[in-house]
Amino acid sequence: MISDSIKELLIIAIGSALVSNVVLSQFYGLCPFLGVSKQLKTASGMGAAVIFVITLASFVSSLVYRFLLQRFHIEYLKTIVFILVIAALVQFVELVLKKKIPVLYKSLGVFLPLITTNCAVLGTALTNVQEEYGVLFSTVNGFATACGFALSICILAGIREKMQYNNIPKAFQGIPIVLVTAGLMAIAFCGFSGLL
Amino acid sequence: MDINAMITAVVVIGALGLLIGLFLGIAAKKLKVEVNPKEEEVLGVLPGNNCGGCGYAGCAALAAAIANGEAPANACPVGGKKVGDTIAGIMGVEVSDTVRMTAWVKCAGDCKKTTRDYEYHGVEDCRMLGFVPNGGPKSCNYGCLGFGTCEKECPFDAIHVIDGVAVVDKEKCKACGKCVAICPKHIIEMVPYDAKYLVACSSKDKGSVVMKDCKVGCIGCGICKKNCESEAIEVTDFLAKIDYEKCIKCGVCFDKCPKKAIAKK
Repeated sequence: MISDSIKELLIIAIGSALVSNVVLSQFYGLCPFLGVSKQLKTASGMGAAVIFVITLASFVSSLVYRFLLQRFHIEYLKTIVFILVIAALVQFVELVLKKKIPVLYKSLGVFLPLITTNCAVLGTALTNVQEEYGVLFSTVNGFATACGFALSICILAGIREKMQYNNIPKAFQGIPIVLVTAGLMAIAFCGFSGLL
Repeated sequence: MDINAMITAVVVIGALGLLIGLFLGIAAKKLKVEVNPKEEEVLGVLPGNNCGGCGYAGCAALAAAIANGEAPANACPVGGKKVGDTIAGIMGVEVSDTVRMTAWVKCAGDCKKTTRDYEYHGVEDCRMLGFVPNGGPKSCNYGCLGFGTCEKECPFDAIHVIDGVAVVDKEKCKACGKCVAICPKHIIEMVPYDAKYLVACSSKDKGSVVMKDCKVGCIGCGICKKNCESEAIEVTDFLAKIDYEKCIKCGVCFDKCPKKAIAKK
């Protein structure tokens, strides 16, 4: 039984990290994906912050869904409640980090408040509800989704760093070439679809 | 319509919002971090470009360092004297006068004035040319490569490649030193803003080699040194160097230089 559920967890984790990658196949969280991927250093900072926040948010939102929304039969209000809870959660986490672990606060820096409005966070919380995951499954799914995000933003940042040395036609300079790159990455990630 | 369901929804969401609000309010009070008020004040005065020219990770990091007394009040090269004085006022310390500096490219060998050994088609980045024969297509191995790595690096749009040579816009330059650090040929240096006569060459080659490669290269003849009244010019490695502290800006060197390798700004 236990090994069965571990197997299921693994499948969910690989599925949401690689196969249905949050950015490249679900198109969530594109703004930070394009905006903060200029340098590998900042991209990995963003990735770490996203992992942190999505895992926490998945955990808390699934708790809220189970013990508050389902209990009072107001599941249809999940979107607005999740927004509220996630925004408050990020605020609180920021306060705690600032006080208790200033080193981590400094390295995550401006990314924490930015993530509050990242649709990948809300999207993951809503997917968890849609797939009817429990608290443990939601947390694992959240962590894996965020890892997928961190992976793809780091890859894109690496490519963009190298791209600086290239001669890019004027019409493609800046965001257009980044979008083309992201599209090619999405096609490459299609290769994972046969994995499960 | 189910009135009860509506009331439940309103009450639950309202209570949740209220609770979260209260919780955050209390948490903010409890977890308040004491920030040195001077630090915020200093940060308000700093330019806010986060260029890193001071050697710290950004304006916020410099503000913290200044507030803690780890950095001098005039540590910001971009803000210059004005910002330095304001910060000194906040911190209540005296600062010694800072001379406004500006970047200067020690090369004037543009496309018309220099010769090329070969045509180069490849990665357009000066840092890459260390890997190609003779350190780039230009015959002179010391000169500006002209691929504009400094131009891309400059946060103030103050340096531009014109005719294959980087030229600094003295007014826009904030002396952050990024171009100096990134130039693989090390031909950009910081000079006083009011220096009038500057050597526009970095070649340490012998005069005969320079003659062949560049129309405006310093051949190390020493005529400027002989004519300089204030003994401000030294010639080492076939290259003249002006000591800006001794220079009296008479312009004799500029007039006498047979190769016009000394520039007037």
